[in-house]
Order: sequence, then structure tokens, then C-alpha cells
Amino acid sequence: MKILVCITHVPDTTSRIQFTDNNTTFDQTGVQYVIGPYDDYALARAVELRDQTSGKLTVLNVGDAASDPTLRKALAIGADEAVRIDTVPKDSFYVARQIAHFVEENDFDLILMGRESSDFNGGMVHGMVGELLGLPSISPVMKLEIDGKTAKLSREIEGGKEELEAPLPLIVGCQEPIAEWKIPNMRGIMSARTKPLLVKEPLSEQSHAEVVSYELPPAKGAVRLFTTDQVDDLVKLLKNEANVL
Amino acid sequence: MAVLIYIEQEAGGIKKSSLEAVSYGRTLADSLGTSALAVGLGPISTEEWTKVGKAGAVKGIHVADERLSAGIIQAHASAIADVFSYVDADILVLAKSSLGDAVAARLSVKLQAGLVSNVAALPDLSEGFTVKRSIFTGKAFAFTAIKTVKKILAIKKNILDIREEDHDLVVEVRQSSLGEEVFSAKITGMQKAEGQVSLPEADIVVSGGRGLKGPENWNLIEDLARELGAATGCSKPVSDLNWRPHHEHVGQTGIKVSPTLYVAVGISGAIQHLAGVNSSKKILVINKDPEAPFFKAADYGIVGDAFEVLPKLTDAVKAIK
Ligand SMILES: Cc1cc2nc3c(=O)[nH]c(=O)nc-3n(C[C@H](O)[C@H](O)[C@H](O)COP(=O)(O)OP(=O)(O)OC[C@H]3O[C@@H](n4cnc5c(N)ncnc54)[C@H](O)[C@@H]3O)c2cc1C
Ligand SMILES: Nc1ncnc2c1ncn2[C@@H]1O[C@H](COP(=O)(O)O)[C@@H](O)[C@H]1O
Repeated sequence: MKILVCITHVPDTTSRIQFTDNNTTFDQTGVQYVIGPYDDYALARAVELRDQTSGKLTVLNVGDAASDPTLRKALAIGADEAVRIDTVPKDSFYVARQIAHFVEENDFDLILMGRESSDFNGGMVHGMVGELLGLPSISPVMKLEIDGKTAKLSREIEGGKEELEAPLPLIVGCQEPIAEWKIPNMRGIMSARTKPLLVKEPLSEQSHAEVVSYELPPAKGAVRLFTTDQVDDLVKLLKNEANVL
Repeated sequence: MAVLIYIEQEAGGIKKSSLEAVSYGRTLADSLGTSALAVGLGPISTEEWTKVGKAGAVKGIHVADERLSAGIIQAHASAIADVFSYVDADILVLAKSSLGDAVAARLSVKLQAGLVSNVAALPDLSEGFTVKRSIFTGKAFAFTAIKTVKKILAIKKNILDIREEDHDLVVEVRQSSLGEEVFSAKITGMQKAEGQVSLPEADIVVSGGRGLKGPENWNLIEDLARELGAATGCSKPVSDLNWRPHHEHVGQTGIKVSPTLYVAVGISGAIQHLAGVNSSKKILVINKDPEAPFFKAADYGIVGDAFEVLPKLTDAVKAIK
């Protein structure tokens, strides 16, 4: 089975978010970049499925050279080859077009992504790629088993979950507990150095949207503290002042 | 060039977040000098359509096809695309949800429409069409200009009040012409908590963390939630330990909520948890450790033992009603 995992290269959640140039540029100072947390789940499940079916696992990122260490980490975790489409991602549609084009040229049985990226939180790219390729796309998926040419999945819905079956090829947006995150071991790290990391030219494509500027939320006021004996006062405040009850 | 709003149902009723989307769509339509229409898929009762009218839609398009009562993503996307061109719409508005997001993504390709998700305010129409959306899991906003003629906006919950219009909407039934190919993914089973407020839809959320010590103590959380009409949530370790189901876990890797009030009990306030709650209007934290990081993100705090505070708080809420 040929599996593709699309990974993002995103600031670690604990990063402090700041902007420069009059709020038009994300300030990368001191920011630690990681594989998107949901993409990490996709990758972990893909490694398991690849091992079960002795298939081939490719990881793909649409991004500039800054993503290379993140792709190397994915190789260390267990991917067989990495591909980077060398361009700055402009918006979800632009990224989806690049991924769809790559899939068209390379025929995969299964395409795994994260439920959403942790920078722009769109949760959109898998659906767009599905529509571009005329394939079903299912997200957010918590369980994925492959049975011949059919996938059996469990998808989170509000207040519960839904079991599904869908034919391959298929696009899946992953979230926990689909698999346990895998931490690269020494052998993985060593072998990642010699595994292929291919850089491809992007398709020329227009984006649909562009960011004009950024803004941080207003700073939070100080917390108002109460003791266990002042619970009644607090509830009155919630009702009469904050209007939340 | 109408504004079309995609409404979703939950437990046989139109979701509150969808009614918010209707009101958003109506306000937007008014400022563009056009009309707001709603599209609903699968069986929907007359009373539910009335709510859609009150929230601001002047007309409903009802694709009553039974097959659409299940949330098959490709089928919903095809049905909406058909209605979008039928009513000659330029803008689609919907509430962000697990189904809505997936449907919107496919539609954006079908309709060649620029899509912005996590929309946090009405668009700025003074120069083009610029939308404020939340990014970095609520830690910042991006003002995004949509360049395409057709547009899709997936809006966050709780960013505006539901309107109360005084008119009846007309509902037009539209036949569905969906082929079998859009139903290739099949739903084979479903498990859903019945009769509870769902977490992403809830106006108030009461969440418990590891400080609750074990699943046997969750009645304290549930009692308070019941009095408040709230949904219950939890921190990640709590669902990892199987004290609570996974769909209750709030945070960066779980559900993101934006209720009017978020109550966190025995949760330390790790940044990954805060990522799921930072668009709540007000946050109340109950923790016995005055140094717990959650207090820095809170509006109100009670420093105390959850086992003492929770029963008192539940009683106090009961008393005030
Ligand atoms: C990549 C990544 C993603 C993550 N995603 C998430 C996520 O989505 N959601 C999430 O929640 N976590 C997430 N985590 C985990 C997160 O970092 C924290 O470990 C977790 O939120 C802690 O849960 P907790 O506050 O319930 O437990 P603890 O950190 O153990 O805190 C328990 C709290 O309860 C208090 N307490 C104890 N006894 C009492 C009492 N009797 N009365 C009152 N208070 C009491 C303590 O003072 C303490 O503050 C993630 C971690 C990583 C690395
Ligand atoms: N630049 C990118 N390169 C590779 N994959 C991406 C990229 N952006 C998004 N994806 C994939 O699409 C998923 C959803 O992203 P998004 O729609 O941006 O929330 C991510 O979890 C990734 O799997």
C-alpha cells in the first residue's frame, strides 16, 4: 500500500505569538517549530499501517527550506521518503492544489492529514484535496483500519462518534486516539540522514485569500478571587454583573 | 447575489450555532443590500423552519431527501452547491462544526469560492471584503482579504446574538438530484450521548481535571452542570485515563469551545488546555493551588478544595434561580 502523509511545520503550542512590521508579519524570534500535533497522529498511524502492509510511506510538506528539519524528523519517525514542494503556503486552497497535483502524479492508496493545522486551524485542506481529486475525505477520524480496498473508520461528531466505511483511495483527517505519537529512536535518526528528501517546483496557482494584518486579543484583566465562603457573592456577580447565568 | 446560510440540525432541532449563522448572514445581507436565504437538508419540521425565519432568513430552501439526514460530507456538499447556484448566491455562511468544516472545504473547490474559517466578526466591507478570523488556536486574529467573487464564511460560535425578526419565512422544497456516487462513504453506526447539551454548542461548560481524583467524583461536576444547563468537559489526562469519553476532552488536541462561561475545576491550566478555551467570554477557575497557571487566564477564581466548593456552588446557583 502506498501511503502519503501531509505534514505542517508549525510553531510549538507553547510559543509566544507576536507580530512585527506594524502587525503584518509573524515574529519568528525564539519560536520552536514542530510537526503539527494532529499531523503527528496521522504519521504515527501511517507508520503502523505501512509496517502491517509492507508498503511505502511518503511525507509531504508544502513549504520553504525552513521545513526541512521537520521533514527529517518525520523520516526519523519512520517515513520512507520526504517530499517538499518548494513554495510559501499562501492559503488553504493554494496548498490543496499543490497536494492534489502531487497525488495525481503519484497514485496513493491512502492520504492521511491532520484534522487541522495548529497555526491557521482551517481544517480545510483535506476536504479541498478530496474535492479536487473526486475522492471521499473524512475528518476528524479517531480510528482507522484498512481491510483490503476498504477503510473502516470512526469519526468524532458533536457529543459522540460515528462509524464509517469508505473505499480506497481515501483522504483522512486524523486526531487522537488514532495512534500513539512516535518518538524517533537513535536508529531512526541515523537512517533519516540518508533517506531521500526531494524538493519539487510548485504549480503556479492563485490563492483565494490573503492575510492583510494580524492582531492580538486584548490583555486579560486581573482575576477576581473568592474564598470558599464567598461562593454566594460570586454567583450573584455572575448573574447580575457578568450576565452569564 | 444572495447570501445563503447552511443550517445544521442536532437531535431533531436546528443547532443554536446555525441560528447564529442565520443572523450573521442576515446582517451581512442587509449591509450588502441583498437577501438572506437558508438551506436545510433532510427532514426539518415547520416549527424548526419558523426559528430560522425569526433568526433572520427571508426564505428557506428545503432539500428533504431522506438520505441527507445522515451527515455524508460529499452528499451535503453536492446538495448545497446545487442550491447555491439555484438561488444565485455569492456568499455562503455556516457555523463551524465537524460536518460544516468538511462540507465547506469541498464547496470552496466546487464553487471556486474563497473560504475563511473561524470567523470572529462581521466582515469589513469598506475596502474589498476583509474578514477577522481567529488563528493560533485563539491566541491571535488575522484579517484576511477574500479575493474571489464567491465567498464562504465558517463562523465561530458566540460571536453575535441571534436576531428576533417578526416574520414568517417561505419554505420552498427543492428536489434532490444526487447520484449514488456522492454516498460512497457509508455510515455504519453511531454512538451519541442523548439528551445532553453538546460541548461545542453549549453556552456554559463545566470541565473537570485530574484534581477531581477519579471518575467516581464526576457527579459533583454533573450536578453543577445540570443546575447551570451546561455541558461537561474535561482535561486530556482525564480522557486518556478513561475517566470521561474522548469527545469531552477540551484543548489543543480536543474540542475548542467558546461558551459564555467556562468553569474549570481541578485543572492546572496548561497552555494546551487553554488553547481550547481562550475564546470563552468569561472563565471561572476553581483550584486549591493559588499558584495554578489557570488563574492568570481567568476572570473569576475560587481558591479552594473542589470537593468543598462544588456542592456549595451548586446550591448557590440553585438558590438564585
Ligand atoms: C502536544 C500536547 C497536547 C496536549 N493537548 C491537551 C489538550 O488538548 N487538553 C488538555 O487538557 N491537555 C492537553 N495536554 C496536556 C497538558 O499539557 C496538561 O498535562 C493537562 O492539561 C493537565 O491536566 P490537568 O490540569 O487535569 O491535570 P494536572 O496538571 O495534574 O492538574 C491538576 C490540578 O488540580 C488541582 N487540584 C488537585 N486537587 C484539587 C482539589 N481537591 N481541589 C481543587 N483543585 C485541585 C491541582 O492544584 C492542579 O492544578 C497536551 C500536552 C501536549 C504535550
Ligand atoms: N503546507 C502544508 N503542507 C503539507 N500539508 C499541509 C499543509 N497545510 C496543511 N496541510 C495538511 O492539511 C491538514 C489540515 O490543514 P488546515 O486545513 O490548514 O487546517 C494539516 O493537518 C496537514 O495534514
